[in-house]
Amino acid sequence: MLECRSLTRIYGATRALDDFDLTVLGGSIAAVIGPSGCGKTTLLRVLSGLEQQDAGSIVWDGRDVSSTPTHQRGFGLMFQDFALFPHRTVGENVAFGLRMAGMAQTGRTTRVAEVLELVGLTGYVDRPVTMLSGGEQQRVALARTLAPQPRLVLLDEPLGSLDRTLSDRLIVEMHDIFEALGVTVVYVTHDQGGAFAIADHLIVMREGRAVASGSTEDVWRRPGTEWVARFLGHENIIEAGSPGAAVAIGTSSPHLAGTASAFAVPAAAVSLREDPAGPGTVESVTFRGGSHRVRVAIGDLTLVADVHSSPVRGARVAIDIPPDSVIPLTG
Amino acid sequence: MDGRDALTRLGATRLTWGVVAAVPTLFLAYFFVYPLATILITALRGAGGSNAMIDVLTRRPLVGVAWFTTWQAAVSTLLTVALGIPGAYVLARLDFPGRRIIRALTIVPFVLPTVVVGTAFLAVLGPGGIIGVDLSRTVTAIIVAHVFYNYAIVVRTVSAYWEHLDPRLEEAARSLGATPWTAFRQVTLPLLMPAIASAASIVFLFTFTSFGVILILGGLAQATIEVEIWRQATGLLNLPVAAALALLQLLGVAAVLFVYTRYQERRSRQLAVTPSAPHRIASRADRWILAGNLVVITVLLGGPLAVLIGRSLRTGSGYGFDAYADLGRRVDGSGLFVAPTSAIANSLRFALAATVIAVVIGGLAAAIVAYRRNAASRSFDALLMLPLGTSAVTLGFGFLLALDEPIDLRTSLWLVPIAHALVAIPFVVRTTAPVMRRIRARLREAAAVLGANPAQTWREIDLPLVARAVAVGAGFAFAVSLGEFGATSFIARPDAPTLPIAIFRLLGRPGAVTFGRAMALSVILMVLTAAAVMMIERFRLGDEDF
Repeated sequence: MLECRSLTRIYGATRALDDFDLTVLGGSIAAVIGPSGCGKTTLLRVLSGLEQQDAGSIVWDGRDVSSTPTHQRGFGLMFQDFALFPHRTVGENVAFGLRMAGMAQTGRTTRVAEVLELVGLTGYVDRPVTMLSGGEQQRVALARTLAPQPRLVLLDEPLGSLDRTLSDRLIVEMHDIFEALGVTVVYVTHDQGGAFAIADHLIVMREGRAVASGSTEDVWRRPGTEWVARFLGHENIIEAGSPGAAVAIGTSSPHLAGTASAFAVPAAAVSLREDPAGPGTVESVTFRGGSHRVRVAIGDLTLVADVHSSPVRGARVAIDIPPDSVIPLTG
Repeated sequence: MDGRDALTRLGATRLTWGVVAAVPTLFLAYFFVYPLATILITALRGAGGSNAMIDVLTRRPLVGVAWFTTWQAAVSTLLTVALGIPGAYVLARLDFPGRRIIRALTIVPFVLPTVVVGTAFLAVLGPGGIIGVDLSRTVTAIIVAHVFYNYAIVVRTVSAYWEHLDPRLEEAARSLGATPWTAFRQVTLPLLMPAIASAASIVFLFTFTSFGVILILGGLAQATIEVEIWRQATGLLNLPVAAALALLQLLGVAAVLFVYTRYQERRSRQLAVTPSAPHRIASRADRWILAGNLVVITVLLGGPLAVLIGRSLRTGSGYGFDAYADLGRRVDGSGLFVAPTSAIANSLRFALAATVIAVVIGGLAAAIVAYRRNAASRSFDALLMLPLGTSAVTLGFGFLLALDEPIDLRTSLWLVPIAHALVAIPFVVRTTAPVMRRIRARLREAAAVLGANPAQTWREIDLPLVARAVAVGAGFAFAVSLGEFGATSFIARPDAPTLPIAIFRLLGRPGAVTFGRAMALSVILMVLTAAAVMMIERFRLGDEDF
């Protein structure tokens, strides 16, 4: 189990890590997400020992490893740009960590073949890494990181440089690999979709601090603040006092009585019904393959709804939002 | 923490860095700065109370030498550029069978020793040459040889730049109604100017300080400043005048470099560069340009070398290896006091020693330039490049002038490899430092997270990547040493001549037999140099980042 307490790292005037806490249970996958520049990469560099924190502790299974040098920490780090050794073949790249650990030649050969099979690159042992495609490089980097069986695997935007279709596929593969191996993983990304797909546990990071944390679904359902809700991709953020709020959510909603300053409503939870007397007007309809995204104007408020069958543009609609899907937020 | 200070992370302290820096610094101070300072003092102090500098600047024949040096360099440069730009176009933009071979061939003359080039042109244009007209001792011969020698610089520099120039810029001009020629003149040519200016400056500097080619083809009838320094110092023993001329030449070189730097600063602009594949031959114009260039490359570049080989095989009655077989025997009355074969052995030994010195000194220097980024390391970088801007004759002359005290090294056999190493060090630094710098910090970090300690990281990551660059630098050093003539002509001991010196001495003695041996020796020198260059090409790394 990884336990970080009050990690702080300061560069000049910026606090890249600011009193940051992180707990990752053994065998689970934690995703740290945040916009670029929020300190995610610094977190991984401090965890791996490439940089030293200015304050706070990193504890692995009850032992403080803060002053253990990188090469003895036993944490694997996969870089965003893969950092494959250009002067070595695929096999030599993957075997590097094993060699550093002093494993004998025969053991290395077996292990390399094993890991390459795991990532779907059987037969690539003697290929030069400079001739690989982006997706293949990603797999080699993953294999190299996993080969020495690190106690903790750190991944820095491992799919950042790949195109969407490829990364969607690879993320599922990675999830299955991690689950099969039962390794502990800290996965850093700015992409919520990727984080949802791979993680058991989600930590949202902003300006060096953890601003939300919990199981992936918990964080989505209870983002807490408006900023987190927006970052996670909530489309409909409705200010509590606005004239549209009562219309959209319904005056009888118990939420309005609370202390929330705003509400989030998942676009999928909004349903529309054509009604010439309805309060909303359909502004635009976009087909998104499988569903329609509809923007509805209610006075000065615009709501986004993902629906299966869409009303036409300009139609009047009534809006139906189940009260239990409304998420109260604080500023 | 970034990768630049890799050695610091290895536990290297300031003291270690001090030691690393001290070796190249002391070497350059003693073997470069000190001789140059001695030239300066000699020039300004003069002999018999009169200032040699004023003497040189007011004496008509010497002013004529300076003028001749400048205009022949200017004409050589203009012609080389005019011929080189179409060549660059062919290599950058056209696709034709044998493109790679032609590309490799264009570099050949540039790496040939000056003495070989001079000898080859003597075989073509000299007395009894194949064109039937004796052009030796004329400016024409010198300029033709200069174009041959520097063609590769223009073609290589400009085509490397041209390849990365977005062809759509020219296509856009064409779509706006420009003819191919107008599109070239209005769009491509202005964009190529930085590369052309860069190549032209280098060609001008090389021809401005040309020595071996001029001495062999022009004799003393067509003396440049470089030849005049040599004549004044070794023939007339007029050291203050030689020193003043060397100073004058250094000022000329500095002026060219200054103008060039200012120009590049003003011109430099961000270009959208694209790696572009060469297009196919489409237009009739392209076919003519290609054919024309192939003729230039074969006749101008291949011709003299073919004639050189042919002449080395000519015997009294036909063709054979007589000239080669005779290389083991001394040639009486030639000024060469040993058998030509011993010059081969000398050259190889000197080249080996020079390579070791250049790799050690240059390697340490490169480490400082690459891993330490501060003001001191930047000025060190500049100091390292100075030997490139100093003519070989000036270096040799400085050695002769300065190295008699505190230790008299002038008769030491080490003097030749040291001088050669001095010329080669900039090449070693230029090939290794960028590689050291380009090894991304990420790779070292990746090694660390995989469990490599700092020493293992250096051995596994830095060493293998740098080793190839060092091999390239060593190849350069070896080739430079084999061909070095200007400095060697001052400091080589009569009993230990190098190959270029032996060739020059043999050429000084009339007679078809001696001439044949000079040709044979030139062919051997050419083959040895080619071997060193092939090693360079083998180990050269691509442009990719690591």
